[in-house]
Parts: sequence; C-alpha cells; structure tokens
Amino acid sequence: MDNGLPRLILAAILAAALLALPALVEAAGRGYWTGIATHVLIFALAAGSLNLILGFGGMVSFGHAAFLGTGAYVVGILSHHASMGIPIATWPFAIAGTESALIAWPLAMLAAGALAFVIGLISLRTGGLYFIMITLAFAQMVYFFFVSLEPYGGDDGLSMWSRSRLPGLDLGSDTQFYYVVLALVALAYFLKSRVIHSRFGVVLRGSRDNDRRMRAIGHPTRRYRLAAFTLAGAVAGLAGALIANQTEFVSPAFLHWTRSGEMLVMVILGGIGTVLGPALGATAFLLLEEVFSGWTEHWMIVLGPLLLAVVLFAKRGLWGLVSRPGEVPRD
Amino acid sequence: MLLILEQTLNGLQLGVMLFLMAAGLTLICGIMSFINLAHGSLYMVGAYVAATVAQATGSFLLGVCAALPAAGLVAMALEWSALGRLYDRDHLDQVLATFGLILFFNELVKIVWGAQPIFLDTPAWLSGSVEIVPGVPYSTYRLAIIVVGLAVALGLYLLIARTRVGMLIRAGASNRRMVSALGVDIKRLYTLIFGLGAMLAALAGVMAGPIYAVQVGMGENILILAFVVIVVGGIGSVRGALVAALLVGLVDTLGRAFLPTLLQLAFDPATANGVGASLASMTIYIFMAAILAWRPQGLFPAHG
Amino acid sequence: MTEPLLRVTGLRKAFGAVVATDGLHLDVMPGEVHALIGPNGAGKTTLVAQLAGEIAPDDGRIDFAGADITRLSMHARTRRGLARSFQITSLFPRFTALENVALAVQARAGHAFRFWRPAWRDPTLLEPAHAVLARLGLDLHADRPASTLSHGEQRQLEIAVALATQPRLLLLDEPMAGLGPEDSAWMVELLGELRGEVAMLLIEHDMDAVFTLADRITVLVYGRALASGTPDAIRADPEVRRAYLGDGAEAGAEAV
Ligand SMILES: Nc1ncnc2c1ncn2[C@@H]1O[C@H](COP(=O)(O)OP(=O)(O)OP(=O)(O)O)[C@@H](O)[C@H]1O
Ligand SMILES: [Mg+2]
Repeated sequence: MDNGLPRLILAAILAAALLALPALVEAAGRGYWTGIATHVLIFALAAGSLNLILGFGGMVSFGHAAFLGTGAYVVGILSHHASMGIPIATWPFAIAGTESALIAWPLAMLAAGALAFVIGLISLRTGGLYFIMITLAFAQMVYFFFVSLEPYGGDDGLSMWSRSRLPGLDLGSDTQFYYVVLALVALAYFLKSRVIHSRFGVVLRGSRDNDRRMRAIGHPTRRYRLAAFTLAGAVAGLAGALIANQTEFVSPAFLHWTRSGEMLVMVILGGIGTVLGPALGATAFLLLEEVFSGWTEHWMIVLGPLLLAVVLFAKRGLWGLVSRPGEVPRD
Repeated sequence: MLLILEQTLNGLQLGVMLFLMAAGLTLICGIMSFINLAHGSLYMVGAYVAATVAQATGSFLLGVCAALPAAGLVAMALEWSALGRLYDRDHLDQVLATFGLILFFNELVKIVWGAQPIFLDTPAWLSGSVEIVPGVPYSTYRLAIIVVGLAVALGLYLLIARTRVGMLIRAGASNRRMVSALGVDIKRLYTLIFGLGAMLAALAGVMAGPIYAVQVGMGENILILAFVVIVVGGIGSVRGALVAALLVGLVDTLGRAFLPTLLQLAFDPATANGVGASLASMTIYIFMAAILAWRPQGLFPAHG
Repeated sequence: MTEPLLRVTGLRKAFGAVVATDGLHLDVMPGEVHALIGPNGAGKTTLVAQLAGEIAPDDGRIDFAGADITRLSMHARTRRGLARSFQITSLFPRFTALENVALAVQARAGHAFRFWRPAWRDPTLLEPAHAVLARLGLDLHADRPASTLSHGEQRQLEIAVALATQPRLLLLDEPMAGLGPEDSAWMVELLGELRGEVAMLLIEHDMDAVFTLADRITVLVYGRALASGTPDAIRADPEVRRAYLGDGAEAGAEAV
C-alpha cells in the first residue's frame, strides 16, 4: 500500500490546484466556479464524516442529513435572532442570537453531535436492517420537527441576513469563504486520517469487520461506535453550518431523506472506506448533477439506473479505479 | 367523545393502509434479508395506474384491477432482473440500488404524468357517509378501507397459516437456511413474495388515492412510516406488522388530533398549538424509540 | 480444598422445544484441563456461548474466580480472564496476523479513546503481540492479512488471539476442527505446553487429543452431564461407553 512518493506528489498537485482555484477560475472568467467548488468541498466534508461511520465503522446510517440540517438550523436560528434583535430565550436565563462564527459554528457541531448521540444511543442497540430503518425514521422525525417550526419559517425555511462573522475575515467574499471552507475540510480530512489509524480507529474497524470477536477479546465496542457516530454527527453539523452560510438560507429541504441517500451515494461513488474517496465521490456527484441537469431537468432518470449499475458492477468506486486494481482492500 | 370515536376510526384507517405497505416489506426483509426502498414506488405506481385507468374508463374498480397486476408485474420483473442478485450482498448495496430505483421511478412518473398531482375520485357508490352510531356520520369510503384492509389481513393470515406456500413463508421468516434445505425452488418463492408484497403496496396506493393526492414522491412518506411499523412489530413478522400498523396509525392520528388540546391544560393556547404541532409530528417516532428501548427486536421478533 | 475457577450451577437454556443446556453443573479447577465431549448437538457450543456471555441462560448461575458473572457482558468477562476461541474461525480478515493479536493486546491496555498516535506503531501493543505469535510459531506470517493464511494457520491464530487477552481460563471450542493430522499433532503439543499456565475447557471430537490432554472429562448428552471424572474413569464408565464412546472411539482411547 505504501508507495509514498507518487502519493506525495499527487497530494502536492491536489493541494496546489485547490489553493490556486479561485485565482484560476477568475482568470478564466468563470468566477462563479468558486462557489461551486465551495459547495463541493462542504459536501466532501459531510460525506467524509459519513464515511467515518459507514466505511470505517460499518454502520449504514440513512439519517445523516438530520445532522447536516441541525447544524444549518443552529446557524440560521442564531443569526435570525441576532439580526432581528430578539433574544432566543429569556428564561431561565437570557440567550441572545449571534452571527459570530466562533460561537455559532461550534454550537452547530455541539447540537448536531448531541442529536447524533441520542439517536445513536437508541439505534446502536440494534444492527443490520433495523439500524438502517431506525436512522432513517429518526431523521424523518427531525425533518418534521423543523417543518413544524413555524416561528422559523416552517416548510419555507429561513433566510439569513448575512454570513457568519469571523474576526479579520470577510466571509461575505466568496473567495475568502472558499479558503475558510478549504482550511476546515483539509483539517478534518487530516484529523480523520490520523483517527482511523489510532487505537480508536482500529477498534472501530475491527468492530466493522467482526464485532462479535471484538467483544469476545474484551472491547466494549458499542461505546466506541457511539462515539464515532456522535463525532460524525458533529462534523456533519459543521458542514451544515457551512452550507447555511454559503446559501444564506436554511430549510427543511436540507434534512430531506433524499439528502441522506445522496450522501451515501457520494461515499460509495468515491470508494467506501478510503480517506479521500468521499471527496472524490462528492466532486463526481455534484459535477455530474451540474452537467446533466444542464442538459435535462430529468437527470435523475440517468442517475437512478447508473447507481444500480455501480452497485451491480463497480463495487469499489472511483477510488478503486485510480488505486491499484486487484489489491486486497486494506483501508 | 364522538370526536374520539371518529379519530379512532381515522387511526384505524391509516393503520390498515400502513399494514398493507408493511406486510410485504416485512416479509421481504425477514425472508430475503433485503431492504427494498423501492416498495414505496410500487405504492405510487399502483396509485397512478389506477387513477389513469379510472379516468379513462370511469370505473374505480377497473382501476384497482389494472393497478394490482401492473405493480405486481413491475416488481417481479425487477426482482427477476436486478434485485434478486442483491440478496446475498450487504445491506448497503441494497439501499443504494433501490434508492436508485426510487429516483428512476419518481422521474419516470414525472415525465409520463407530469409533476402536478392528479386526482382519483372516490367511486360514487362509496361517497357519502354512514351513521356508525346514531348521530355520528363517518365517511363510507374510509370505512370501506378499514374493512378491505382487515379482510386482506385475514386473507393473509389464512394464506400463511393454512397453505403450503404459507408454510414455506413461515419457515423462511424464522429460518432461511431450512427452506433451501427442504429443496424448495427458493427463487420462485422469493419472486412470488416480491409480487405479492407489491400488490399489497399497490392496493394501499390505490386506496390512498382519493384521500391524499396522487403525486410524485407519495410513496416515500408512507414507506418510512412502514419502516417504523416493521421496526416496532419485529422484522419478518406479519402479525407484528398488523399490531404495530394499527398502533402507529392510532398513535399518529390521535396525537395530531388531541395533543395540542391536551397541552392547553398546561400552556397558553399559542404555545400549546406550536409545541403541540411539533410534538404531534414526532409522536410515532418517540413511540418507536420507547418500544425499542424496551424491546430492541420489536414486539414480535421472528428470528429466535 | 481450592475453590474452582469456574463453577456452573443449574444452568439451563432452551431454544423453543430444544433444551440445549439442561440443569448443568460443572466445575473447572485453576490450571486444570477439563475436556467436554459429547455427540453433535449435545449443547457444547451453546454452553460456551453462555459462559462467554454471548447468549443469556434461562436459569442458573455462573461463577468465575469467586464472582457471579451470570449477567456480565462479553467484554467484561474477557477482562476478568475468560477467553474464547471459536469453533468456526472468527478473525479480522483484513488485518494482518500481528494486528489481529495486537487488537487483543489492546483490549487489556485500557480504553481506546485515543485518537492521535497510530496504534500499529505502538511498541506496547506490538511487542506482546509478537511474543504471542512467536510462541505459536506464527511469527513468519506476522505481516500477512489473516484472510491469506492457510486453514491450519488461521486455527492457530484463533488461539493466539484468545491467548493474547491473558486469560485464566481458555474456552476452546473444537480447536482442531478441520485440521489435518500434522496440524492436529502440533496443536496438541501447543495446548500441552500451555497446561498449568492457563486452565482450559476443551471441547473436542478428537478423542486422542482429549485423552492426551485432559485432567478431567465431562460427557455432555442432551445438555446434561452424563458423567464426569478422570480419563481412566470415563474410559471405564459403562454408561459412557454405551451412550457415546462407540467402538472406534474406544479403540482410539485404548491406543492412548
Ligand atoms: N440459536 C439457536 N436457535 C435454535 N436452536 C439452536 C440454536 N443454537 C443451537 N441450537 C440447538 O441446540 C442444540 C445444541 O447445539 P450446539 O451447537 O450447542 O451443539 P454442539 O454440541 O456444539 O454440536 P457440535 O458438536 O455439532 O458443534 C442443537 O440441537 C441445536 O440445533
Ligand atoms: Mg459446537
């Protein structure tokens, strides 16, 4: 697996391209591509967090959009209160809204993580088909919860006055926002590549491959799975906070169950259980969407059968095509 | 009091529809260990075919007669050509493949029938209402749904308890390997169960037509509710599906009808309505969580 | 008299109409090799699963090292020194042999809420794992994925993983299952070396191995202990001969 130098070169090229992207597209007169790239990066973050539990933990969660949406709503609601000047609560103590990224984004992660903890606590008591259905059901619950939140726009969602504020930066600038997102995504992917090889990571992967044996050799696996689930939820919450910032709008559509499905697709498309796969998958998925939906509004009629074909014939995803063929998948 | 009676009947009506969805789905999950997200698409296909035929011929019954075989055939063709190959794959593959099918069917329906909802009228002989107890009128059509649903449940019970196919289904639900060991043509049995499940789903879709709009994506909400039913009832158990479907139907309907009023006892009306509406939309999921905390494998686990 | 390391009292487990464990009593003394034999379907694996905490008994009680562990979870029992090898090989196929063992070493090295340092570069995990592998003669294969090992090597690795948890009692469910004569002999030798160091509850159909290794033998039929005693006593027991030890087995036993 360790063919270090070519990888290093590849990584360097990738990093250079990502860093230069805003300037390049600007020069090409396609400035709006910076926004698209930001969007792709944010979903690379979300899909990457899903991959932690799906690819490395073997947990087929069909409710990841709930965490994404919760993160988005936390930012949206805080900003709504700040811009309207109404406190969120006056009792038992006063809580005001905020537009500060340094407060709102961690809160988004905290809320999404807490939600993931509770959902995980219940659904990780089961496995297999039960787990899929339960995560899907709870995500639907969260969806309906936000639909019923009339003060925050219900079905229609909530517009934000502006993006969050970071000291010294202007997130309203698409280029600056791009770099902030890029930094966060790069940091998350780096941390993930450490985590999956740490003691925590090997327990998670061991439990994915053979949970019974893990428990038989003395690992209380459920608490590690729950921790991974919570962590993934929190990171998805961060992605949600970013997406709310990019679109300056939040709505229940972020939590729709098809969003959860799309994130699963991104992970699989890129190559499950590989560190960079989800980023590749998110890129491919969103670019496909961009291209096909330009040709026809009915692009789903292509995507659906394509998915079926990928499942039936190309199990290892895009990463499988670019990495060496035929090797034993070893994470 | 009368309102409670009416809402209870509404709950039963939702419950039997959920049962029709869940019965086939739980068998497919339990016997083939297969998760079929596209089950909701079959519900939708049933409703669209029925609406089209009913509009063309003016007969609701003809619509039903066309919808059931159509959905059954679509399902069996899918099972035979693609989905049947996925039984031995992991659940993730099944989720993705059938997710792809949902996207495909939704788009196909959009192309053929357009994005606007279409309408399926209540047949004339079922419109109007009957007095269930003196002074309480109730929609004849909804009552008919309850009757049909319960009749189908009884029929399914007889099929499963009394026939050879039913014996195989029971054996399959509790011990898959045993059935193959019996030397039964297991593939045919699977295809059959798939078709049967699809027809039940289509029946639910047709019956839903006059009450809710026939529109793209109509299958997914009820699909997720059916999953709740299956989880509560226990995967693979038709009896569990029936009990859970009725419970979920009742909890959902009564929660929506009475929670806001109940909360008014504790809060001011505005808060009560707001919180009530939020809570009501979440009751069945909370109910599911409670059941799971108590029995992680559902009420009637089929696997020993 | 010393306390038994493991004491099973009135254990019962039924699957529907099948009573797989039927009011079973069983003791294993510290350091003892206690063989459990019985025909297919006698309930041996079901007993091990209850001892290991994988399935809950309907009734009865399990004491281990002086404490009631009947309701303890699987991992908690392992931490108290009860390890299990599986009848059907149960490994981590994508991990190397070394990593398989290191996972077991890690289980007793405290919690795994450590997110930063690579586990497979940690000498406190790898060195003990290497030692266990060397002991089982697997050190040459340390870096091969478990899925690429031969069946015999996988059976050895199965024992290595159990051993790496540093158990006081090893539950060995048919360690020789599917092994050729050569590998079997090597396994008998290995288990013989472990004698005295760790107590064993040995389930085995290979009578040669059983009569070579066991200090005591319990014969299980229909979930009940038909007889229990020294190998000589079991060999001589007319009821056991009639119910279980057929002619072939007898010949094998005589040859010991
Ligand atoms: N999960 C289960 N559900 C139903 N019956 C079971 C289950 N596990 C075991 N049994 C039954 O319990 C009995 C004992 O099985 P067990 O596997 O413990 O036997 P064994 O002595 O280990 O047999 P072998 O020598 O073949 O390994 C058998 O009749 C078996 O069919
Ligand atoms: Mg056995």
